[in-house]
Amino acid sequence: MSGPFMTTRAWLLMLPLLAVMVAVIGWPLVSTVGLSFTDAKLVGTSGSFVGFDNYAKMLSSSNFQRTLYTTAWFAIVSVTAEMIIGVLAALLLNQEFHGRFVLRALMILPWALPTVVNATLWRLIYNPEYGALNAALTQIGVLDSYRSWLGEPATAMTALIVADTWKNFPLVTLIALAALQAVPRDIKAAALVDGAGPFARFRFVTLPFIVGPLMVALVLRTIEAFKVFDIIWVMTRGGPANSTRTLSILVYQEAFSFQRAGSGASLALIVTLLVSVLAASYAVLVRKTAGSAR
Amino acid sequence: MLKSISRTLLGVVFAGGFMVPHAFAETSLNALFMAQAAYSEDDVRAMTEAFTKANPGIKVNLEFVPYEGLHDKTVLAQGSGGYDVVLFDVIWPAEYATNNILVDISSRITDEMKKGVLPGAWTTVQYDGKSYGMPWILDTKYLFYNKEILEKAGITAPPKTWDELAEQAKIVKDKGLLATPIVWSWAQAEAAICDYTTLVSAYGGEFLKDGKPAFQSGGGLDALNYMVTSYKSGLTNPNSKEFLEEDVRKVFQNGEAAFALNWTYMYNLANDPKESKVAGKVGIVPAPGVAGKSEISAMNGSMGLGVTTTSKHPDEAWKFVVHMTSQATQNEYAKLSLPIWASSYEDAAVTKGQEDLIAAAKLGLAAMYPRPTTPKYQELSTALQQAIQEALLDQASPEDALKTAAENSGL
Amino acid sequence: MGRSNLAFTVFVYACALLLTVVILAPVVWLFVMSISPAADLSAKPLHWWPQQADFSRYKLLLSTLENSAGAAFTAALRNSIVVAGMATLAALAVAIPAGWAVSRTPSVGWSLSMVIATYMLPPVALAVPLYMGLAHLGMLNSVFGLALVYLTILAPFTTWLMKSGFDTIPREIEAAAMMDGANLFQTLRRITLPLAMPVVATSALFAFLLAWDEFFYALLFTSDQRAKTLTVTIADLAGGRIADYGLIATAGVLAALPPVFIGLVMQRALISGLTSGGVKG
Repeated sequence: MSGPFMTTRAWLLMLPLLAVMVAVIGWPLVSTVGLSFTDAKLVGTSGSFVGFDNYAKMLSSSNFQRTLYTTAWFAIVSVTAEMIIGVLAALLLNQEFHGRFVLRALMILPWALPTVVNATLWRLIYNPEYGALNAALTQIGVLDSYRSWLGEPATAMTALIVADTWKNFPLVTLIALAALQAVPRDIKAAALVDGAGPFARFRFVTLPFIVGPLMVALVLRTIEAFKVFDIIWVMTRGGPANSTRTLSILVYQEAFSFQRAGSGASLALIVTLLVSVLAASYAVLVRKTAGSAR
Repeated sequence: MLKSISRTLLGVVFAGGFMVPHAFAETSLNALFMAQAAYSEDDVRAMTEAFTKANPGIKVNLEFVPYEGLHDKTVLAQGSGGYDVVLFDVIWPAEYATNNILVDISSRITDEMKKGVLPGAWTTVQYDGKSYGMPWILDTKYLFYNKEILEKAGITAPPKTWDELAEQAKIVKDKGLLATPIVWSWAQAEAAICDYTTLVSAYGGEFLKDGKPAFQSGGGLDALNYMVTSYKSGLTNPNSKEFLEEDVRKVFQNGEAAFALNWTYMYNLANDPKESKVAGKVGIVPAPGVAGKSEISAMNGSMGLGVTTTSKHPDEAWKFVVHMTSQATQNEYAKLSLPIWASSYEDAAVTKGQEDLIAAAKLGLAAMYPRPTTPKYQELSTALQQAIQEALLDQASPEDALKTAAENSGL
Repeated sequence: MGRSNLAFTVFVYACALLLTVVILAPVVWLFVMSISPAADLSAKPLHWWPQQADFSRYKLLLSTLENSAGAAFTAALRNSIVVAGMATLAALAVAIPAGWAVSRTPSVGWSLSMVIATYMLPPVALAVPLYMGLAHLGMLNSVFGLALVYLTILAPFTTWLMKSGFDTIPREIEAAAMMDGANLFQTLRRITLPLAMPVVATSALFAFLLAWDEFFYALLFTSDQRAKTLTVTIADLAGGRIADYGLIATAGVLAALPPVFIGLVMQRALISGLTSGGVKG
């Protein structure tokens, strides 16, 4: 069979996918770009051309800068925590102990719990008057009296990060564990004979095998953390005093609550650009680490 | 194994597919209500059942969302013609009228309605001289108090002014009866604005002057100062800053608050022994005033029912609205929300068992202070919510917080 | 050596115990809340275990009495199943041919990379035009409209999984069948697809779970029982306007059951799906 024939056939087979993608992603994205240069309202007026006004307004607003910082903080801390706890748990589950298969099976629980259910669950746990966290901490004597978790800016973000980390670290664990099990036993044994300590063994023997899959998990989780909406919407709606308002929530507010589709679109595109830059730099990093690990 | 599972999955999908409801032969209305506060879901369902029984050709599908989702849902559903009848808050007619979301029903209002309904209730549904629905929930914030705790503290009468409230709360606190005697709904939500507005009315403040923000000084500033002082003095339950009305009710009916600011509906729920630990001990008075400025304070927290411009059955939808707001329906369900009809307040069937509430309502409903009327209300409110929370959390002084809110209000 | 080994073993078990508690405690608490009487849940000090299990909330939510709270919940359950099911089938329908094509013809692979890159797009960047488009087509508040929108998430992901799956099936098998005179579609249907069935099933499960979990689009594009999904219904319940925390917990348990069941039973397939192709960057 000849090359051009294969290629034509391949394009034909891809046609349904590409058509769908153009319809549900390509066209909306182009429209968003168009909208972002207008002062269109969500319902009613289609607006008139305003050039880069929306972008200028959004980029210079203190709301945007503060929200960007909040989002970055959420993403960095939660993803870092997920990676560290996830890998540690994977190393544990890679040990031989009774019941490890049961525990491995349990790891899927938080991951399988729908995000909204997870957020609801933690909102109930953090309830200042009747929540399980206050009850548990006072009963074991860590706290003297009940306190507010989601009502204080200092703890609200941390509380959200804990809830997000609890749900997502098992994913990192499962990916790392699968990679760990591919580490050949004789290499480990050889390192042990060479007298390498546990940290050296992890750094030079184990890590190279799991770094590739982990990088993928890191990229996916970071992108998701930057887009975060559900968990925050359900747990705090951005409060208290906007201390947990992330970019996606800000866009929702602008475009849907205030019905300013135009400036909402420009804000959404700024977010998109940020995530793309982030993902692109990660991709470079992945290429590099994948190259050096093998 | 895999095969059988994917087959089951497919089976489930198809079974689900067949369950999609078929088109109804009769007229089907979709109505949007809110979950909890004022009439309960069960009440709304029962009222609706009475309507569909009387009108067999009409079917009504009810949808309940939390208050926080009510505005956005209504606006978003415009694209689909989703709802025929929507519940709307007193603050939205300006925006809904400007964006052509609700039908102007001024011509459908009969003389009987005009005369029978309390004048204060009408303001709920009007903008620019036109009516966009019927008032349905007539509500303001009242001061609730726990009679037993006040008695134990040696307090004989509930507070008449906000300063008295603080003094009495201090007595309750000092006697060790409760660590934090007052509870409010100050979450970053409209609920906080309602409490704030009550205080603004007490201090004789103004939200807008000639269309420009005026809450940064005078009564508007005094109101926020009161909130912050009460919060910092430890007289207010610090969790108030993440509470909505239902949280306030839970705390109050658990006997963990001496004073609470809340809507009408709490009165009979907190007096229900099945729900509440303080049944029979619930006192209610109009929210206090400020010496030299006001006797009492109240804010307009009423809501109306309107017909959407996208409704394909506006006549039937209006019929439903008329049924829901009729005096007969409202008198029957007057335990959680008081009627809009003036003569109902003289009707023994309505007042029986809730004389205290009616007495407080007569004063409170007459003094209802409005939140600002502007198509940009959502932005103004969002900015004010942020200001209130920043001031409470000591991130900004009340003056600065309100100044920033004025700048961000979009006005 | 022996002593440090023992210490290490104790350490491992201690960590395992800790991990078990961390994973299980919140989930178990969700269930306990769902069967505790309302008074227990607002008690101080908190009652951790109900004296009498109360399953009435399950009955309430699963009743289908017209215009009841149960009807709203079961409608949402049905919508979630229908939307996730339709979106999964549609995603597979476009992903299988595309995945095969990219696997066998690497020269068109860049187009798949572009499709996968759309994963970076935050849903808010597409939401406004999608909203307007669906409104124009009369597909707002419709399970079909929502399923269509879910393809933005499901189609790239399933295509990627299918492509990695087809990569593991040797071309020689297909070539042999072609030699015997079978045409392309016969070959695919009789030879390749049966071999790829495990991957198809894994992709279907993943797609189903993703759609089941989706919240943002459902929040924007549905308004009532005709299309509203479980995630939105639960968020509405959790909105702070329901006094009975047990009811919220019950809704959570019911919504979590299908994915948790899939997760536990299909664990092996899911993990292999997660890791396969993951390294290829």
